Amino acid sequence: MSSKDNWKIWEIFIRSRNGLSHKHVGSLHAPDAEMAIKNARDVYTRRSEGVSIWVVPSEAITASSPDEAEPLFTPSDDKVYRHPTFYEIPDEVGHM
Amino acid sequence: MTKEMNLEERFQAYVDGENKVEPKDWMPEKYRKTLIRQISQHAHSEVVGMLPEANWITRAPSLRRKVALLAKVQDEAGHGLYLYSAAETLGADRMDMVDDLLTGKAKYSSIFNYPTPTWADIGAIGWLVDGAAIANQVMLCRTSYGPYSRAMVRICKEESFHQRQGYEILMTLAQGTPEQKQMAQDALNRWWWPSLMMFGPTDDNSPNSAQSMKWKIKRKSNDELRQEFIDKTIPQAEYLGLSVPDPDLKWNEERGHYDFGTIDWEEFYQVIKGNGKCNKQRLRARQEAHAKGEWVREAANAYAEKQAVRKAKEGSAA
Amino acid sequence: MKAQLLEYTLRLGDNALILGQRLGEWCGHGPILEQDIALSNIALDQLGQARMLMQYAAEQKGGDFTEDKVAFLRPETEYHNCLLVELENGDWGRTIVRQFLFDTYNYFFYSALLSSADNRLQEIAQKAIKEITYHAQWSAEWLIRLGDGTEESHQRVQRSLNDLWEWTGELFSMDAVDEALLAEGIAVNLAEIKVQWDQKVNEILSLATLKRPEDAWMQSGGKQGEHSEYLGYVLAVMQHLPRMYPEATW
Repeated sequence: MSSKDNWKIWEIFIRSRNGLSHKHVGSLHAPDAEMAIKNARDVYTRRSEGVSIWVVPSEAITASSPDEAEPLFTPSDDKVYRHPTFYEIPDEVGHM
Repeated sequence: MTKEMNLEERFQAYVDGENKVEPKDWMPEKYRKTLIRQISQHAHSEVVGMLPEANWITRAPSLRRKVALLAKVQDEAGHGLYLYSAAETLGADRMDMVDDLLTGKAKYSSIFNYPTPTWADIGAIGWLVDGAAIANQVMLCRTSYGPYSRAMVRICKEESFHQRQGYEILMTLAQGTPEQKQMAQDALNRWWWPSLMMFGPTDDNSPNSAQSMKWKIKRKSNDELRQEFIDKTIPQAEYLGLSVPDPDLKWNEERGHYDFGTIDWEEFYQVIKGNGKCNKQRLRARQEAHAKGEWVREAANAYAEKQAVRKAKEGSAA
Repeated sequence: MKAQLLEYTLRLGDNALILGQRLGEWCGHGPILEQDIALSNIALDQLGQARMLMQYAAEQKGGDFTEDKVAFLRPETEYHNCLLVELENGDWGRTIVRQFLFDTYNYFFYSALLSSADNRLQEIAQKAIKEITYHAQWSAEWLIRLGDGTEESHQRVQRSLNDLWEWTGELFSMDAVDEALLAEGIAVNLAEIKVQWDQKVNEILSLATLKRPEDAWMQSGGKQGEHSEYLGYVLAVMQHLPRMYPEATW
């Protein structure tokens, strides 16, 4: 099988309506960015799911490694002072 | 060795805790392989499954039916695509998977090797075949592999119109002229048993099921799903005023389920082996589409490369 | 006037219907899943437009006419689509060339129809123009890709372009129906469309590195109901169920 006819993979992000962020919805194949957008429109917005599309070549994405999940993410678990409930304010002060 | 064991035990505990496995997480090699096999077969089934219905798009008897059918078959292409994408997150390549299908190495659901000689078959496929598929897919929404589960959630959402579309076709036929009603009954006669076979062999003859259940890839057994489907479908058939072609079918008060007759597993294995009416026709259609598309896919790549070079030149000139 | 408006409506409706029917043949057989889905979308747009126009035609006919009765139950000579849309799909390249030639025409046609004095046609144009704008972009991009792709793709689409060229003249030929409705401000002036079409086609062909065929003999007759052999088969397939069971509803 020739690889000349193998289209590369793109990750697709859709903004479902203005005011919301683009969200990853899946991937598809396309030879270039222009067609990736058109394909994304036909594949992922057939039921009016979107108002804006981002396409990113899968190979351009760098992901954190699950092996590093602990050093990356657990240190923030004990930083309770970043959360509002850490601080005690009398009820009389009202909502803050 | 012990380290590997340890990893596998941790993986099992993780899955037992109803946690989702994501693409870069460690997973047993067999889990990965099982998933790639299952997801790609599922994708192939969606794509081959387009064919028995697509051949009725040009013959649909009203414009409303025509657009509904075309939209439905188009969805199936989409579902195939979502599933190939899910398998790709495990490191499989879509072209390789397609190659396995075209060379006969990979399987797809046998149901699509049955022919659709009449318009009523389009109704029966929507109602029974999609109905059976949905039962399976609803379960798979809770499968342990994240991308597969997400694809399934999307597919289930889209599938919900497919079954209604089919049932509405049969309802119209069942309430129509005597010829139409006969057409509907004939389709039910032909699709009933093959639909029950879609859930796969009985639990005691399904060797891989236990491991898949343990890994929570599969959440219900073949027999459980089949029984659920039957219980749900019989009242729907009664509403249509059509009779299900099973003399042994009767409600069992004690079990709270319908009892049903024996499935002809010989037929099931024959169709899997390639002896269905349409096995060769279906595979040939996919082979031809792929071969005739090769120059198109190549040309699009060649153009993209040329454009990239042109853009790079423009950039360096500026 | 009434008869002419009906025929005009059917011309537009049949273009959409027959092209939708042809594109529907591709479903399940496209070169890659993504494009199977793309072409089905275009087919669905065409069929959606066909339904609006058939409904309008049925209203004009009155009585118990419905969109389906109009769409399915006419003899071949009463279909008024242009010949281009009834031709065989051929390979992907030929389908793209046909689509490009027709979409480009349709884009300028419907843009002009937006100012039709007939309210219904104007409303239909408003809905259709968004879809057609997309189709015209899509098929032009594909034509450029194939024309400027590989040696093989270039030759294939050039050959299809040469083959299909003789079927484009009809798109712009005005007959009595066009003239009468143009005088009422209802129809589109096809001479004006031709200028825009030429310009756009030349621009895209040049980007696609394709050679515009010489204008020679042009086929005509579809609009008036004189068709090629292809339409008969399209209709045989499309009409067989409603014709076999005339009493039935579906």
